Amino acid sequence: MEDLALYAIDVATSAGATYADARAIEQQYQDLGTKDQTVSTLDLGSTEGIGIRVLVDGGWGFASTQTLTKKAIAAAARRAVEVGRASASVLSHPIQLAPEPAFNAVWMSPHTMDPFAVSLETKISLLLRVNEIIRSVKGTTLAQSHMTFIKEKKHFVSSEGTRIVQTFIRSSCGMEAFATNENDRQKRSYPNSFGGQNELAGWEMVLKWNLPAHAQRIGEEAVALLTAPACPVDITNVILGGSQLGLQIHESMGHPSELDRALGEELNFAGASFLTPDKLNRLWYGSSIVNLVADATAPGALGSFGFDDEGVQAQRVYLVKNGLFTGYLSSRETAPLIGLPRSGGMMRAESWNCQPIIRMTNISLQPGNAGSLEDLIADTDYGILMDTNKSWSIDQLRFNFQFSTEAGWEIKNGKLGRLLKNCSYGGITPFFWNSCDAICGPEDYVEWGVPNCGKGQPCQMMWTGHGASPARFCNVQTGIAHAV
Amino acid sequence: MISEEQAAELIDIAVKHGVRKKADGIEAIVTASNVSTSRFANNGMTQNQSPEQISISVRVQKDGKQARLSTDRISAAGIRELVGNAITSASFLEKDEDMLPLPKPEKKTQQKSVNRYDTRTANFTAEQRAKAIKTIVNVAEKRGLIAAGIFATGSEVEAIGNSEGLFRYHRETHAEVSITMKRIDPDTRTDSTGWAKQNSPRVSDLDVPALAARSAEKALASANPQDIQPGKYTVILEPSAVLDLLCFMDFDFTGTSFVDKLSCFLHKQGKKMLGKNITISDDVYHPLQAGAPFDGEGLQRQMVELVSNGKIDNLVYGRRSAARLKAKPTGHGLAEPSAEGEWPHNVVVSGGKDSVEQMIKSTKRGILLSRVWYVREVDPTTKIVTGMTRDGTFLVEDGAIKTGIKNLRFNQSLIEMLNHVVALSPAERTAGEEGEPAVVPAMKVENFNFSSTTAF
Repeated sequence: MEDLALYAIDVATSAGATYADARAIEQQYQDLGTKDQTVSTLDLGSTEGIGIRVLVDGGWGFASTQTLTKKAIAAAARRAVEVGRASASVLSHPIQLAPEPAFNAVWMSPHTMDPFAVSLETKISLLLRVNEIIRSVKGTTLAQSHMTFIKEKKHFVSSEGTRIVQTFIRSSCGMEAFATNENDRQKRSYPNSFGGQNELAGWEMVLKWNLPAHAQRIGEEAVALLTAPACPVDITNVILGGSQLGLQIHESMGHPSELDRALGEELNFAGASFLTPDKLNRLWYGSSIVNLVADATAPGALGSFGFDDEGVQAQRVYLVKNGLFTGYLSSRETAPLIGLPRSGGMMRAESWNCQPIIRMTNISLQPGNAGSLEDLIADTDYGILMDTNKSWSIDQLRFNFQFSTEAGWEIKNGKLGRLLKNCSYGGITPFFWNSCDAICGPEDYVEWGVPNCGKGQPCQMMWTGHGASPARFCNVQTGIAHAV
Repeated sequence: MISEEQAAELIDIAVKHGVRKKADGIEAIVTASNVSTSRFANNGMTQNQSPEQISISVRVQKDGKQARLSTDRISAAGIRELVGNAITSASFLEKDEDMLPLPKPEKKTQQKSVNRYDTRTANFTAEQRAKAIKTIVNVAEKRGLIAAGIFATGSEVEAIGNSEGLFRYHRETHAEVSITMKRIDPDTRTDSTGWAKQNSPRVSDLDVPALAARSAEKALASANPQDIQPGKYTVILEPSAVLDLLCFMDFDFTGTSFVDKLSCFLHKQGKKMLGKNITISDDVYHPLQAGAPFDGEGLQRQMVELVSNGKIDNLVYGRRSAARLKAKPTGHGLAEPSAEGEWPHNVVVSGGKDSVEQMIKSTKRGILLSRVWYVREVDPTTKIVTGMTRDGTFLVEDGAIKTGIKNLRFNQSLIEMLNHVVALSPAERTAGEEGEPAVVPAMKVENFNFSSTTAF
């Protein structure tokens, strides 16, 4: 594959490209799902191809092919140059790339058990078993469970001399219990909603999250939610569980920090950002305990890699330090536009047939000193603990957000009280993060994975990570989603 | 783009190999796409992509079990390997008690086709897209605005065949333009934006100058947006806003959502749940629709009346959910096995006679919404959805647009909304960002619930 990628570079530069890179990717995947005692999703597949990106007269061109012959690759490389030439005819400024050393490297994501070495029989029978446990709870009306496994080998070469080979193994598992009556539909998920937990890891993560041990509990909670009191419309303290906080970080800190958004390049679909460059090193994004890093080096976290899809080495950089907005997610093209000497290494593409764009790596809130979740609850006089995302929405500049969670629990005098249904909270991003007054410690820190971050046109999905310990926010508006 | 003969050849390799390996049944689906997308922002081209992909997916049935495998290795050897692996994979699975044998071909007289392939669109070049984008940028620059968006053109193919002799092929072209224009007020430095989008199988349907003008007008008209209090308002929803709200009900009209007891219309079929002026169908044959006339198992799609004058009428079914609910499949099945089961891909909402201008004229006080954004379901039973307004939100007073206003968050039950529609425009082909393009009208709705505002 690397020889073919190098050939693509040669053809592109001979045809007039001043810069060219090529990604040759082989990917194998398994997508498994069950509903009660039926297999509802079973897609086992593979994909391979080469994507060629070129700069011609200062304009980008991109073309791809799955036909791995020299003839087809040469045709794709020439098509990329032709498309790049068309770009050059409508430029606001010629594209300049920040300098980056040439690397020659091999990288593999950490894992102990290759999930593709585990039989389908083992995987499906585990999913059916957890569904059986969920449905043994009286009042449940549906059980669903899922697993996804992806193995990807990616060659990256560039006309600047970089040669990189990376191998990724990603795994996910999760389950949902549903309870329905005439007037209500409720759901509980584990370890997270919308497919479960996702990690850059192997089969060992499925064993670690131990779905059968939690199946009965989520079944019971789903049924209990049908008769639970509703979340009050109130302004109160809210403790967010780790997985919900992970998505809060993703939407209200990760996306606004993307420099392409801040510069208006995603204005037409994903949106822009309230974090315009004049706010860098000036805006107090959060309270003084809020420290946010973009860390592509975190072992096992879903957004980690050795090198991004421009061949830039993985980095760990602060986006918010002691509450101050200090950094962006950047690329070789955007970094020079705000005077940065080097890309932050955040460019990735969903597949060989997509052009890379700026993506979150692992955007993680650093643990605080509030101890465990139990310690934090004990330290809270009143409020609501909310956990496991149910719905999420935020405006296109990333100010006004509203989230709902599957479940909540009253907190009174340092103790958990009644289960609450239809929990929701909302706010304005910088006010919300400035109201953060406690973050749990490393003992409850988890690298949560989001496998389906949508951005770009055509829309590309990307896997991102969000490390978080539970945290407390003061004076938060709750319950407004159902107050219609 | 792959021809009917080439697709048939790939499917034939899979089917013959499956039969040779003694599969009880084998189905193959070929999909292909070469849609190119030119992106622009800040009045210049930012990305320009020309991808191509052909994939084959096979489903084998053996001993009451089935497995699906997919690849884009479309050589004969690659396809035979895929089929062999599918048969091996199926052997590891539990028996699927609800599995149905593969469908037989329908009579030729029942097989309707649709012509949605346009040679000019298929051959549209990067240079032609760049020329169109220059037109858009010129409009922006002349009016002191900043333009961003896309122009996409290309072709797509879907073909399906099985060991029962079924074979269907559909090719279609795709053209889409979407434009956002931004104005920065020179005094207040406040931004205002306008948006327009159009999507069709034919590039000649795209009126680029009109779309550029429309997005520019909205950006200019919403300059220096004013504060407004949240609350209940009469709203005028332009067609894109209607589409991106109503698409959150698509799942509720599927047989599988009834089997799983998740539909908001569970136990409500045959009852009047929505306003008398609401009629919704799924109709792939509508002249403004796009898409293939057959489903994920190769069955002919049927026109299905989902809502008739407010009454929940019919559902769409794949073969599996139809069997569970003792109904007839409607040709809306997704490729088996599937968690969702089926989907209404071709929604048509019947329109009325009022234009948006007439709706504005008849409004004492209300809000005009150009589009909605980041819509998500909050409550599956009452069908409350939340989301934001975007790219052109206006206060209407005394029958005229008074001013642009800052964007608002809504939490609104769709069932309640469709009981408070007081005017409908003629339905038109509409593209949004949440749901598939559909044929929908603009709507004037009373008591629409806004719960908060944002800073711009």
